Amino acid sequence: MDIPRYWRLREQRYKLQGNVCAECKAYNFPPRPVCLQCKSKNMQPYQFKGNGTIYSYSTVYQAPDAFNKQVPYLVALIDLDEGPRITARLTDILDNKIEIGMPVEMVIRKIYEDGDNGPIQYGYMFRPLLKKKE
Amino acid sequence: MRKVAIIGIGQTPVREHWDYPIRYLGVQALLAAMQDARVDTIGGLFVGNMLSGALSEQEHLGALIADYAGFSGIEAVKVEAACASGAAAMRMALMAVASGRMEVAAAIGVEKLTEYSGKFSTAALATAADADYEASIGLSFAAINALMMRRYMHEYKVNKEDFAIFPIIAHANAVHNPNAMFHHTINREDYARAKMIADPINLMDSSPIADGAAAVIIVPMDKIKKYAGKAVRVAACELATDTVGLDSREDALLLKGVQKSASKALKIAGIEAKQIQLMELHDAFSIMSVLSLENSGFCQPGRALFAANDGKYSIDGEMPVCTFGGLKGRGHPVGASGLYQIVEAVQQVRGDAPAPIQVEDVEWAMAQNIGGSGATVITTILNRINE
Repeated sequence: MDIPRYWRLREQRYKLQGNVCAECKAYNFPPRPVCLQCKSKNMQPYQFKGNGTIYSYSTVYQAPDAFNKQVPYLVALIDLDEGPRITARLTDILDNKIEIGMPVEMVIRKIYEDGDNGPIQYGYMFRPLLKKKE
Repeated sequence: MRKVAIIGIGQTPVREHWDYPIRYLGVQALLAAMQDARVDTIGGLFVGNMLSGALSEQEHLGALIADYAGFSGIEAVKVEAACASGAAAMRMALMAVASGRMEVAAAIGVEKLTEYSGKFSTAALATAADADYEASIGLSFAAINALMMRRYMHEYKVNKEDFAIFPIIAHANAVHNPNAMFHHTINREDYARAKMIADPINLMDSSPIADGAAAVIIVPMDKIKKYAGKAVRVAACELATDTVGLDSREDALLLKGVQKSASKALKIAGIEAKQIQLMELHDAFSIMSVLSLENSGFCQPGRALFAANDGKYSIDGEMPVCTFGGLKGRGHPVGASGLYQIVEAVQQVRGDAPAPIQVEDVEWAMAQNIGGSGATVITTILNRINE
């Protein structure tokens, strides 16, 4: 069980915290020490709003050991409204209802349990957008 | 920098080698390559491997294989670049010889994936991806490739069934390769019936995990007369990288690592893509064959499936691919695959391939080894030496 990693990534997994380049305003998730666009090292923390659209998706039937009990489950690439693309699980939807381009929003869900005695890992997943955006 | 040539090749069959530990596989391939080259010493050893630590609880393969091959004392290191480890080792050996620091260098690729059951290998293989943001939230390697395949089907309006051609070609060629894992053909019905792994990727899209080792012996071009081994010139062996995370790329179907490595290799070899007569593809998944061909410049984006279904890449086609079965038919002992590709391309250039899969009069052959979802790419171009 990778507790230090779980702890270290809490801002990302619970809050979608990435960063934004102070020079060229390019957004990053996950946070990067160097801006991909302009190579600036002046990066400021930024919490993503958690809205986006589906760029691609898949239903996983054969999974790595830790996720074996959960198959089949859905994974996707999601284009966040601010720009970056993120890899995440999808939830609260059947695979035959998913379409590329569909609007989704971030929620917190259980990612996996490490056996009977290990801690439960939570983190971001995305579900179909419930509320219309203002 | 000196030009270099391959004067010897060796390989073990690709199998579930339960009888052999990883060191024996490596030693077998190395000694076979040395015998083929008729050399009895080497100046250095570069061992391509991805998962010996995770699956055999054995790192330090450079010194270990040198030791068991009887060369303890020589310079020897392991080279790791996920599924591209094999060709990465080749690149390092090439640089050692080209720079003048070594006269005879060996590159071997070795992998043992069947030490544990498949689910452990699946998790271990996922370490080629981004551990924090891909693998640890549940993405297998197949799932990452599935995201690319789904997007490809969406953008180019093609069907899943169109991809069947690549595994069909791979299996058809593997039948004639005695070292291949599979010796049976498959057809479109087999493809349609195959078990889903990560939709739209099914079992027939996926190369099998396996054990194996392959090796080459490299010397300077201007010394090939000194050696009895049949020499093939290495016209180029170029490595390029891209982001490890698929999500960090603006366009998931644009493999910049493939583009850079292939265009650089062609430029250094001084030839155009259309002069390449055969290509050993990194068909870990069918979608990778498609993206590798398109991004290397062998066809326009969105056209690889049409070209393949028209017969362009079949063994009797315009540019055969996976002539010895590719990763799908020969098998994918991950860190060894890059060197299997090169060993196979050498056989084609020498004219030593089994008759049914020998491409006629090969002057130029390409092998492309891809790590992760395209994060490390090594394109090697081999050239026949005309006396």
